[in-house]
Amino acid sequence: MNRFVLPLAAFALLLVVLLVGLKRAPEKNNLPSPLIGKSAPQFTLPNLFDNTRPLSSEALKGHWSLVNVWGTWCVECRAEHAALLQIKQQARVPIIGIDWKDQDEDALAWLAQLGNPYERVGTDHDGRVAIDWGVYGAPESFLISPAGTVVYKHIGAMTPQVWERDFLPRISATLGRPESPATPASAPVGTGSGA
Amino acid sequence: MRLAGWLGGLALLCAGAMFAGLAGAIDASPPLPDPQLQHRYYELTHELRCMQCQSEALADSSVSLAADLRLQVRELLLAGQSDDQIRDHMVARYGEFILFRPRMTWRNAWLWAAPVLLMGVGLVVGWRVVRGRARLTDSDESGANGEGLDP
Repeated sequence: MNRFVLPLAAFALLLVVLLVGLKRAPEKNNLPSPLIGKSAPQFTLPNLFDNTRPLSSEALKGHWSLVNVWGTWCVECRAEHAALLQIKQQARVPIIGIDWKDQDEDALAWLAQLGNPYERVGTDHDGRVAIDWGVYGAPESFLISPAGTVVYKHIGAMTPQVWERDFLPRISATLGRPESPATPASAPVGTGSGA
Repeated sequence: MRLAGWLGGLALLCAGAMFAGLAGAIDASPPLPDPQLQHRYYELTHELRCMQCQSEALADSSVSLAADLRLQVRELLLAGQSDDQIRDHMVARYGEFILFRPRMTWRNAWLWAAPVLLMGVGLVVGWRVVRGRARLTDSDESGANGEGLDP
């Protein structure tokens, strides 16, 4: 009787370890970003819409923002586009686009055709800024706090579900009640500092 | 017979040519000026992971991100950074996962210690089993001897 206890316990332990591994297998591809909790990487990129006003990381300061890395060559980006437009409609957080390794004409045509969810778009032609942000597969979306800290990263297409489950709670935790737009004094989240 | 030999040789040549093409195609960048730098470049691009095609090294991947990262390794080497500085540079952006040979940290120390611990457990268990058996045979023999001597 007693001699079975230890092997059984060992077997149970192994079972638990393997089950946890199996359960967490789908998360395997969502690698944690080392940038979480750190300040967002500095960058200056050409502005897709206005050559004279480059987009810099200063534009992320002073308000919450959603940084979305995309490209017209990216199939998943097309899939998430409607969700981004919807987030823009709620107008709570400005979306800053980083157009990754793309042609400007293609990007402009894409936005003209599908609608533009972005407040501003920087064009990262050689992919250096994307590397600084640890991007390895578009689309990727980063939530940046008013202090300029990377709060959260989502890899893959943005959906309304992901936005409501993973992003909104993190914003509303500090914003207080985002559900009350009737207070104009603290309302303008987006256009605080138009640098 | 002769023809078969010829054909075989030809096929081998073709196969060789094919693979030579493949090997050259992925990292087509010119070698670094200093052979020592080139050696370090070779080592680093083989021990850094291509994040997009996760079981390939930077050197073996045809993905454009891998090419960008190879270029960055090259530039950092030319800028005089050490291998560790370059590894840190990559880890700061992509996390420990980019290293094929993970470094020992407090978070994964148990993983590194596991083989030694398991070996220790095995040795203790083995030792106890052997000791138990030794005692068994001892008592058996003394018993047998005793019986043999008694009458």
